[in-house]
Amino acid sequence: MTTKEQRIIQEEFKNRMNEDELLNCMRCGFCLPSCPTYVESGFKETHSPRGRIALMKAVADGLIEPDADVERSLDLCLGCRACEPVCPSGVKYGHLLEEARDIINQNKKHSLSAKTVRNLVFNELFPHQKRIRAATGLLGFYQRSGLQSFARKTGMLKWLPENLVTMEKVLPEVPTMKEMKNRPSYFSASGVPKKKAAFFTGCLMDTMFLETNNATLRLLQLAGCEILIPEDQACCGALHGHSGEKQSAKELAKRNIEAFENLDVDYIITNAGGCGAFLIDYGHLLQDDPQWADRARDFSAKLKDISEVLYELDFHKNVKLELPSQVITYQDSCHLRNAMKTANAPRTLLKAISGIEFTEMKDADRCCGSAGIYNIVESEMSMQILDHKMVHAKSANAAAIVTANPGCLLQMKLGIEREELSGKVNAVHIADLLLEAAGEK
Amino acid sequence: MIESQIKDRLTAIVGAENYDDSKAGRLVYSYDATPNFQAMPDAVVSPRDAQEIAGIIKICNSSNIPIVPRGSGTNLCAGTCPTEGGIVLLFRHMNRVLEIDEENLTVTVQPGAITLDMINQVEARGLFYPPDPSSMKISTIGGNINENSGGLRGLKYGVTRDYVIGLEAVLANGDIIKTGGKLAKDVAGYDFTRLFVGSEGTLGIITEATLKLIPLPETKKTMLALYQDLEAAAKSVSKIISQKIIPATLEFLDQPTLKVVEDFAQIGLPTDVQAVLLIEQDGPLEVVERDMQKMAEICKVKGAISVQVAQSEAEAEALRTARRAALSALARLKPTTILEDATVPRSEIAKMVKAINEISHKYGLSICTFGHAGDGNLHPTCPADARDHDEMERVEKAFEEIFIKAIELGGTITGEHGVGVMKAPYLELKLGQEGIAAMKAVKNALDPNNILNPGKVFAKDSRKRVVVTK
Repeated sequence: MTTKEQRIIQEEFKNRMNEDELLNCMRCGFCLPSCPTYVESGFKETHSPRGRIALMKAVADGLIEPDADVERSLDLCLGCRACEPVCPSGVKYGHLLEEARDIINQNKKHSLSAKTVRNLVFNELFPHQKRIRAATGLLGFYQRSGLQSFARKTGMLKWLPENLVTMEKVLPEVPTMKEMKNRPSYFSASGVPKKKAAFFTGCLMDTMFLETNNATLRLLQLAGCEILIPEDQACCGALHGHSGEKQSAKELAKRNIEAFENLDVDYIITNAGGCGAFLIDYGHLLQDDPQWADRARDFSAKLKDISEVLYELDFHKNVKLELPSQVITYQDSCHLRNAMKTANAPRTLLKAISGIEFTEMKDADRCCGSAGIYNIVESEMSMQILDHKMVHAKSANAAAIVTANPGCLLQMKLGIEREELSGKVNAVHIADLLLEAAGEK
Repeated sequence: MIESQIKDRLTAIVGAENYDDSKAGRLVYSYDATPNFQAMPDAVVSPRDAQEIAGIIKICNSSNIPIVPRGSGTNLCAGTCPTEGGIVLLFRHMNRVLEIDEENLTVTVQPGAITLDMINQVEARGLFYPPDPSSMKISTIGGNINENSGGLRGLKYGVTRDYVIGLEAVLANGDIIKTGGKLAKDVAGYDFTRLFVGSEGTLGIITEATLKLIPLPETKKTMLALYQDLEAAAKSVSKIISQKIIPATLEFLDQPTLKVVEDFAQIGLPTDVQAVLLIEQDGPLEVVERDMQKMAEICKVKGAISVQVAQSEAEAEALRTARRAALSALARLKPTTILEDATVPRSEIAKMVKAINEISHKYGLSICTFGHAGDGNLHPTCPADARDHDEMERVEKAFEEIFIKAIELGGTITGEHGVGVMKAPYLELKLGQEGIAAMKAVKNALDPNNILNPGKVFAKDSRKRVVVTK
């Protein structure tokens, strides 16, 4: 960063950071033990929530400049928000982080290559569901055409960083273009309809994890929901919001609000904790936009995760759930737990499956290190966190690690691969497991 | 600024990775949990053992560089705020529980060990370390010893001081001394162990501690007594004690505190009453049941509108956790949360509660009160806004009056948070000039160059509560 950039960023911190929220942190330190990067960095306060808030405040107050160390501290944050539920003062850390990252990213000159990649990902790919489909199609071609086995055999992959090589192995077998395109936009409830739901498909969930989306729809039907899938919905914007691209996030939010607001539904359902946490915060994202603030709040008020809805509709009591005898454990999705406050529902649903023994893994509520694209851009810290996570996962002796978010699912698959446990342990999305337990898979 | 030659010598001792003088690295150790205190250290150093600390101290002593030992920075008296710059010393590498001795009932720990982690390890062996400061899930044993921390169980079991039986410490001249030991009795010379406990890092750097353990009580029960009258709650406290019952915990929370705590914890605390007492007893089942019943009766006679017994350990733990969050939860109300811990003999608790209320009215402030009523240690807390100078002045005056009242009632200016910088101006109220002179004589003898946490305990000429330097 140049001195001039620093000066502009500092000015922006002064103008834009919410001073009351910064002051709301009374520095009691109760958040420290919950922070994965504080613990993994060997208890460095620069990598703790309290430290990061102090840095943001110091920049806003003009005590220090937003130098590379400050940026590093913010970059290394997973954004898991585990510090929020343990904060007695109720500091909204996630909002502070998002604002700070946006200020830095919007005012810092990125290198040409970084600019190209950011533009490609944030503006050209994610806002366009068709292009994501096309990209997934390419991946499907890679997997089915023999190219994958060729790449693996010839050792071409060794040019990639180690965790990307492993990642390549754990990617699910993706659906064909035809499967992705030909899904109806309306589903009736099985039996008497109890509730009307609109389904938020998500961009990755509706391509790479299409099967999980289909399972989610089927579960909703079984639970007595009539389902609408609005065509015009877009990516939730979480990726943008967490990476300092707030303006694009707002545009996506508006598209989604428009797509859903005229549907007369009881719920808007998501099955990805990461998306859910962002969608439920649209009210905050658009709070300063008088045309949208109320509409955003209405949208967020209807939002629920699939497990919360199934739990509310007594799915686990009304549908017989059974699996072959096995131990299973659950890895919380940070955003589902910390932002959407859903932690009990998935566990209750899983425990209702006869034949299974549910074992709580130690620190299940702690981030797995996936955190959006964190496992790619901060792979060293991410893998350190994952390796510690796998120690606890192994002690649970579970045959299946259940998750509730695509990022966590891939990361757990990555962990299983790294520990050479594939074949013995399986990572699975809760929707897929529940549908299997309902005897439909 | 630390000269580059000295930086090189310090780096040679601890390694470059354990010496940080970056702006961000220093900024995050410029504060602790005390509102309105912030000052940049010149460097942050993380030694790995006592020998390294001895090396660091020698360099600092010959170059007049202040050293501020810091645990997790949760103290409430600005005890670890580096108000005079210098080096902040971290114990993140010295954080192990070294030994649990089940024959002597002791635990030996390094100063950076997290209090709750140590407690969990000890309890897994059926042993008990009672001091439980509210910050224990992140506070360190070293910090607890230096501040002589109390907690919810102080009434029955005492405070940190009552469990420290041996120390290893590095003095300002670099000497490493050992005090006490795994001994139930030891009168060999001055009791340096006790002198170091609560010394706030001003006499030496503690590098290892041996703590006394007791058997873990067999059972524990928890209840809440609800009141529509603050003084009735306070009077119940004195009555319980005078009836010769010593509960493990006897905590007081007033309505404003209950409301914010419930906002955070959402466990169904009663927010429509003026005050509650959180009461616990532990020990053999029959004793616990008898005491709990007696206390419930006393509370009712003294005006409790209802008494609710926790139905499970989970429910009890939720109540304790909620109580521990009280101070930070009060930070929800306004940007700056000023709290004190004036303490009076427990027979005077009702008078103190009344005085706090009168003083808060007098200065037009809203003071929320919670605390360890059973041991006379209250935490009147004032949600304020540091940006409002007029309000801050009124807060200042109100707390001065609270201190004076506490002393009048035979109490003290701080029960468990320590003097630090924050209460240094008031220390004379408690000790008198002669008392301060005697303490200074000890300080000068052990740290003649005043490098160990300077500016703490003893006040400078003028009072300055807001210290922000670049």
